[in-house]
Amino acid sequence: MMLLIKNGHIIDPYSRLDKKSDILIKNKKIADIKENISSVDKKTIDASDKIVAPGFIDMHVHLRDPGQEHKETIETGSKAAAKGGFTSIACMPNTVPVNDNSGTTEYIVSKAKKRASVNVFPIAAVSMGQKGELLTEMADLIKSGAIAFSDDGYPVSNSQLMRRCLEYARELNTLIIEHCEDLDLSSGGVMNEGYQSYLLGLRGIPDYSETVMVARNIILAEKTNSRLHLAHLSTTGSVELIKAAKNRRLKITSEVTPHHLFLDDSLLAGYDTNLKVNPPIRTKQDNKSLIEAVRRGIIDVFATDHAPHSPDEKEVEFSEAPFGINGLETAVSLILDKLVNKNIISLNRLVEMYSCNPAKILGLENKGKIEIGADADLTIIDTEKEITVDVNAFQSKSRNNPFHNWKLKGSPVMTIVGGKIVFSSLKQNPSAE
Amino acid sequence: MKEKIKARVMDSKKIKRAFNRMATEITEKNRDLNNLVIIGIRTRGVHIAKRISKLIKEYDNVEVPVGILDITLYRDDFSELEDKHIVKKTEINFSIENKDVLLVDDVLFTGRTIRAAMDSLIDLGRPKTIQLLVFIDRGHKELPIRPDYTGKSLPTSRREQVKVKLKEIDKKDEVLITEPGGIG
Amino acid sequence: MSFNKKHLLGIQHLTKPEILTILDTAESLKEISKREVKKVPALRGKTIINLFFEPSTRTRSSFELAAKRLSADISSFSKASSSTVKGETLKDTVLNLEAMQTDALIIRHSASGTPHFLSTFCRSHIINAGDGTHEHPTQALLDAFTIREEKGKLKGLKVIIVGDILHSRVARSNIFLLNKMGAKVVLVGPPALVPPQMARLGAQVDYNMDRAVKDADVIMMLRIQLERQQKNFFPSVREYRSLFSLTPKRFETARKNAIIMHPGPINRDVEISTQLADSLKSVILKQVENGIAIRMAVLYLLLGGKERDVTD
Repeated sequence: MMLLIKNGHIIDPYSRLDKKSDILIKNKKIADIKENISSVDKKTIDASDKIVAPGFIDMHVHLRDPGQEHKETIETGSKAAAKGGFTSIACMPNTVPVNDNSGTTEYIVSKAKKRASVNVFPIAAVSMGQKGELLTEMADLIKSGAIAFSDDGYPVSNSQLMRRCLEYARELNTLIIEHCEDLDLSSGGVMNEGYQSYLLGLRGIPDYSETVMVARNIILAEKTNSRLHLAHLSTTGSVELIKAAKNRRLKITSEVTPHHLFLDDSLLAGYDTNLKVNPPIRTKQDNKSLIEAVRRGIIDVFATDHAPHSPDEKEVEFSEAPFGINGLETAVSLILDKLVNKNIISLNRLVEMYSCNPAKILGLENKGKIEIGADADLTIIDTEKEITVDVNAFQSKSRNNPFHNWKLKGSPVMTIVGGKIVFSSLKQNPSAE
Repeated sequence: MKEKIKARVMDSKKIKRAFNRMATEITEKNRDLNNLVIIGIRTRGVHIAKRISKLIKEYDNVEVPVGILDITLYRDDFSELEDKHIVKKTEINFSIENKDVLLVDDVLFTGRTIRAAMDSLIDLGRPKTIQLLVFIDRGHKELPIRPDYTGKSLPTSRREQVKVKLKEIDKKDEVLITEPGGIG
Repeated sequence: MSFNKKHLLGIQHLTKPEILTILDTAESLKEISKREVKKVPALRGKTIINLFFEPSTRTRSSFELAAKRLSADISSFSKASSSTVKGETLKDTVLNLEAMQTDALIIRHSASGTPHFLSTFCRSHIINAGDGTHEHPTQALLDAFTIREEKGKLKGLKVIIVGDILHSRVARSNIFLLNKMGAKVVLVGPPALVPPQMARLGAQVDYNMDRAVKDADVIMMLRIQLERQQKNFFPSVREYRSLFSLTPKRFETARKNAIIMHPGPINRDVEISTQLADSLKSVILKQVENGIAIRMAVLYLLLGGKERDVTD
């Protein structure tokens, strides 16, 4: 069965497409892109007034599977991704057990094959047990399906280990993703350090807890001539360092989450644990710097750092609650509403950051683009659709999202993975002419 | 709330006469004036108490001490109050143990204020006797309480309000019957 | 009259008239504790639970006595005898206690924001008896009451608070309160314990005790936790004492009739010399005495009178 998407407005910065066209899908691949493709014998989707983009990729997701299936599973997390407009997700290794061995990687790959709605790419740990002591067997893990390496949740604190993993990854042509945090400076903090933390009497995490590690990591990447991706940036200082690194043409890429773009620490006045996240939401000034960095191409990728936690884990004293925001189902609408519909960035830039760039950084050659022969992973967006975030309607197993009840304009309306519709809120005429 | 004055039942002359009469009755009834103490219930009872004490001093040259009682914490009608009552100080700088206590209030209505005042007094010590002086006894008692000295008995309807105005607070002495406004 | 809050979570969200109402009410209630029968029936039939998840003798007893002097029934629950050690969540613990038809819960907890958290799901009045490093509202109120009693006013006074400001809920509540009442607050201590940005809470920051103490009307010394030294907030007790301790020599430069306060418990001869702690200039025991009146006032204002629609 062939799938035809008619009359959509195609936006793909990779192929320089920005026009109305039809897309024909055959055998999980894009078979044709042109106007007026005949719909005879094809299942047809009317995408008039919709944006058709290469499938979105969230390169920073915690699926909690194996080990913490009460928070999320590969099945529920990938359903949440599909609803959020993502066709591929990369999942972090801080599962139980830690994904530091080919057995765990293979488990994730095989369970994803059976149960997942979207493509799932495991990210394996940099160090055994994420303890920051011994390197994992990267070559073996890559063979089993690992797409990148990270100790996310923790930084690689030991600079020598960081150097070694960068050197090793360089020769395997794989990617290291680093959570930049100086744990001694964070020192048990639970929110951004500053006026608000002093006001609330909560232990602070200074912004330079991140920035000093960004600086160290840039230096190590430069010295080892390696690629390095910096996760979930949150501070003005980090942006400045990355800007300078990019000017020197270093192979540094980075990501930012919607919550670090749009939330600031003054919101913590009510001690809402759904706002407790690491790195912490910072100040309005940091929001501004990060948005500017998105606009100017200093930051490459939007990622959610989707970190589901069950309600009883979050409904506790603030200092006791785990860090993390459940982000897959609000991420795309947030960027559409706050940045695209407010004319701060273009739709092209959104597609670049949600699709083309993560595909390129992760080395997913047939993804992140709309061209003949590419994987038929597509995200269809309605930029005018108004939604009210309702965590109770989430596909995710958890509800820890601080955007509950926010009204947003713009939403993914259909997600197609390998030519298969995995999510749709589009009203379809059941028409095959 | 607007209110309408229905009648001016006493003026300063009548009030003065009532005070003189009550002071006389008190000195006649209490042989040992040196054992007498007066306790005024906030707010107007305090000023009435002070006037009585002054008159006794004039008549018999005895200093009768005056204390101030705030009964907010003893009220049993909290739930009927519009707002939380502010607590003011109780100031009784003498012992009431074995004393003849003259309790003073401006208006006797349901009797609940007096009940609360007596509870409060008993917590403060064990008086020999408690006597009650009210300036206006307006009826509608809900408790078996009867004043020993009264400025004036004044039958009223429940709707009506009795206002005892005193120079010390209200600039002039008079007693008014008022009614909530809006009704003719 | 101006008090219609449902909870007492902190000083930060109280208005000046509300603070004055509490202080004035406490002034009226103070006399009750001097009676032979120290009891009035104002809160007869009300049920209060003291929930103490941190050790405390002073604050807990003070709340207990305050409740009893108003004739409320109060029962105390402390961590040692609690079910939290059995792994029950705080929310479950509190919901279970509330099922016993409580009217108010007084909570002391090591996690900042816990009273606020309880107020999101509890029906009872919540009273903060100290939460983590956030607020300790009744302490600040009793401090203000004591200062007002001693000095006749709060406005225009120079109050210095010395010690571990960063981790002190007493300091925070006092800064908020004294600010609202028009006193001038100066925070003193080693830089790591008095971050410069704390000035934005409404105070001046000074790292020089000799300078700060000059012309002070009120000197509030805080307990210095000896374990802070382990984390390099300051190098040693010896050095702390030499830089920040209140000594007779330093005290001489304060304003004449200046008073010395301390929320207790005192580290004698660490933050304050024994000689001064026991001197007539010290109002430390008056603070404790006034604590009862303040807590009676808070309980009375929250629980007494008609229950109406109230905002927190």
